[in-house]
Amino acid sequence: MTPRTAPEVGGMGHSVKRKEDPRFIRGQGTYVDDIELPGMLYLDIVRSPYAHAKIKKIDVSKALAIPGVLDVITGETLAKYNLHWMPTLMSDMQMVLPVEKVMYQAQEVAAVLATDRYTAADGVEAVDVDYEPLPVVVDPFKALQPDAPVLRTDKPGKKDNHIFHWEVGNKAATDRAFREAEVTVQQDLYIPRIHVCSIETCGCIAQFDRVSGQLTVWMTSQAPHVIRTVFALVAGHVGLAEHKVRIISPDLGGGFGGKVPVYPGYVIAVAASVLTGKPVKWIEDRMENLQADSFARDYHITAELAAKQDGTLTALRIKTLADHGYTDAAANPSKFPAGLFHICTGSYDFQAAHVEVDGAYTNKPPGGIAYRCSFRVTEAVHTIERMVDILAHELQMDPADLRKKNFINPERFPYTSALGWEYDSGNYGGALDLAMQRIGYADLRQEQAEKRQRGELMGIGISSFTEIVGAGPSKHFDILGLKMFDSCEIRIHPTGKVIARFGTKSQGQGHETTYAQILAEELGIPVDDIQVEEGDTDTAPYGLGTYGSRSTPTAGAAASIASQKIRAKARKIAAYLLDAREDDLEWEPGKFYVKGSPERAKTIQEITFAAYTDYPEGMEAGLEAVSYYDPPNLTFPFGSYICVVDIDKGTGQVKIRRFVAVDDCGNIINPMIVEGQVHGGLTMGLAPAMFEEISYDEQGNIQQGSFIDYLLPTAVETPKWETDKTCTPSPHHPLGAKGIGESATVGAPAAIVNAVVDALWHLGVRHIDIPITPEKVWKCLRDNGVTA
Amino acid sequence: MTIHRIRVTVNGIEHEAEVESRILLVHFLRDVLRLTGTHIGCETTHCGACTILLDRKPVKSCTVFAVQADGRDILTVEGLEQGGQLHPIQDGFWQEHGLQCGFCTPGMLITGYALLQRNADPTEEEIRWAISGNLCRCTGYVNIVKSVQHAAEKMRQGEAA
Repeated sequence: MTPRTAPEVGGMGHSVKRKEDPRFIRGQGTYVDDIELPGMLYLDIVRSPYAHAKIKKIDVSKALAIPGVLDVITGETLAKYNLHWMPTLMSDMQMVLPVEKVMYQAQEVAAVLATDRYTAADGVEAVDVDYEPLPVVVDPFKALQPDAPVLRTDKPGKKDNHIFHWEVGNKAATDRAFREAEVTVQQDLYIPRIHVCSIETCGCIAQFDRVSGQLTVWMTSQAPHVIRTVFALVAGHVGLAEHKVRIISPDLGGGFGGKVPVYPGYVIAVAASVLTGKPVKWIEDRMENLQADSFARDYHITAELAAKQDGTLTALRIKTLADHGYTDAAANPSKFPAGLFHICTGSYDFQAAHVEVDGAYTNKPPGGIAYRCSFRVTEAVHTIERMVDILAHELQMDPADLRKKNFINPERFPYTSALGWEYDSGNYGGALDLAMQRIGYADLRQEQAEKRQRGELMGIGISSFTEIVGAGPSKHFDILGLKMFDSCEIRIHPTGKVIARFGTKSQGQGHETTYAQILAEELGIPVDDIQVEEGDTDTAPYGLGTYGSRSTPTAGAAASIASQKIRAKARKIAAYLLDAREDDLEWEPGKFYVKGSPERAKTIQEITFAAYTDYPEGMEAGLEAVSYYDPPNLTFPFGSYICVVDIDKGTGQVKIRRFVAVDDCGNIINPMIVEGQVHGGLTMGLAPAMFEEISYDEQGNIQQGSFIDYLLPTAVETPKWETDKTCTPSPHHPLGAKGIGESATVGAPAAIVNAVVDALWHLGVRHIDIPITPEKVWKCLRDNGVTA
Repeated sequence: MTIHRIRVTVNGIEHEAEVESRILLVHFLRDVLRLTGTHIGCETTHCGACTILLDRKPVKSCTVFAVQADGRDILTVEGLEQGGQLHPIQDGFWQEHGLQCGFCTPGMLITGYALLQRNADPTEEEIRWAISGNLCRCTGYVNIVKSVQHAAEKMRQGEAA
């Protein structure tokens, strides 16, 4: 797309250098731990060594004897105010601090308040907790067996560990399609528990002013407005009213979904500040972050495809057991207990599909957040993209051909899927063709055939994913009843400079730049003249925050709509100044001019000045607008990725030789930022595909509780990503944009696994669960008689 | 807890302070000197967000005690800009979109700076190995490599001029 604005204006399509970078490259960002308030106290948390245990006694006397330790807060302290439990976003209950028992290893047990962080840590060491271990439930399948210990004894009458059953689709039609199918394939897939591990951990500073009753919390939150409302609802009975609560999300060092939930540490810090009247800082260390914060995924999936012999797909059937840990604290829109998992028909035209998901309690940390993906979309994409590949191999068809045969054709959009989504737009064949051309697909298949003759292992894997992002339309999407709109408020100062505030919150996506570019596009005001602010609930308009690639689809659209409101008033002022009729005026970015007389024009800056100095009689002064945008539909970004791997037969080491990613996120605001989002997303797709997993032993001990065992990819393991794009605008988004932050995380793992299995299929290997470690591949090779 | 008097030069300025023996250098820089550009991401020497130069060598300041810096010279991200001029490594990260959330960036800048001090023309592989002790969760490293290359070229041009 050729930009409509000049580079110095910097509207859509320009790779404007980021406005946020000058502070970050100087070390002048303000992250929560950088903030220091006078008289501030430090909070540190005592955590359980057991996954399931009764708390017999908490002895705080030794801790309180340490000079500088001021208090130890326990569940008993909070119970006095009925704040020892809090609701989760899925309307389950979660402990802030326990009074009876702990439910996972590293659960918060007590909190030490001290004058500095070292003394607080000393206090944690000195708190003596007497535990009585209880039987531990780690495996969600065992959790649902009749003889399993019931974990949620806090729930009256609860007799099992089942959380929910959810299903969607036409079961009868799906079962019939399977009965009549010429060919079916079935596969169990486990998508393991992983952790987002933003490089900044979570934390907050709570400051309660006893005189005014004002609570200010600087916290690592992707959704500050929702947090404020939750605080007011949960702690209303102890006097916290929403107008006295101010949440400020300062610069965030990554989020990826991990900074959506309300963690007990935040609430304890608030309680500590209310109790002491002093500011209280709580910052997690990495091990606390990995061991106790919300996990992602943990889906045990059984998937089946029905098809014709010629590769035409007919039906999809999926059963999933979701391990939610000890409480359902998933960060989903409230009506969707399995998120948007039912995007699992993917890019393909199915006549019938049926999906069932059951949730189970286990003795693990709660969660079910995203890992840089829209709600459960990676689980869905991984499943369908693996299954399509398995079918292709079973039928001895090229996986590219099978995909193309079943893609939803471009002319069928808007397309209603078998599971009820209305896809806005797509051109799946276009993206796959470009990816195949970029990587040289035919030559690679030739090379693979030759290598196979020589006994060398090479594989080519495709993933042609469809995402669903931008939650969402108020008819279906809410969080605790709050509709999932988002907002933009624009104020233009007399000299033509702008401040624009949003209900979202960037965690590195570059909103200060991208949103400024949207305004530059719509108003013709240079990006350098536009200040973007987010994250302060006292100043920004209400919004649901940033996650699920929703910022551009919702708040970006709000920026466009608010700009149109500004333009409507500007047109009236221009008509007055030019002594012309409103409908005789033409707009081009930055000015109105009289049709046929381009020299009779007023710039937006002239109009803005007039809005404060010389405006029509009867008109109010000023040039401001606000929009709360309720999207009519979600957006459906897509892409095709192709990965080429070589496998070392001696060690099982998988080497990614090339990875081509073709993305389509509709119209692009800043190509540089979009490409950066894809690079990062691909790396967070590589990570769970090959390195990251959180697992537990039989006693519920976490096996990857620090960066020693939980392996984030470094620059050395990360391939040199190759990117390209097609452009299929969203028909309903005012800018034709779709959202890009998570596509690559969603699409990449299947391409990698498909490449590895493609290299090994002829040996009898049908599937490998992620992460694909050298050990797993080595075992596959040995099991199938291959030696170096 | 023993108290030690230390004298350290940070970004060209000499500081004298009394510190407990257990205080980590990163906490000394952040909490005592209030140089908060150096970040903490793991406290176990894995992530590199706290990388600084100690006597011209990159170290992870989360696993160095402040007392170990006594009598030594430190460079942090705040010391890269000179006379109002960004260092080429800083400008490289800006021009090539080598950062997103900015949290790993100070450590990446210091590591990149140290690499270019000892190798004026590193290959892509050399850059990737040099930054392999610094984790970034946002960028996928592609543009960080380009940023270091950008700086290397600018610095070589500067020397030639």
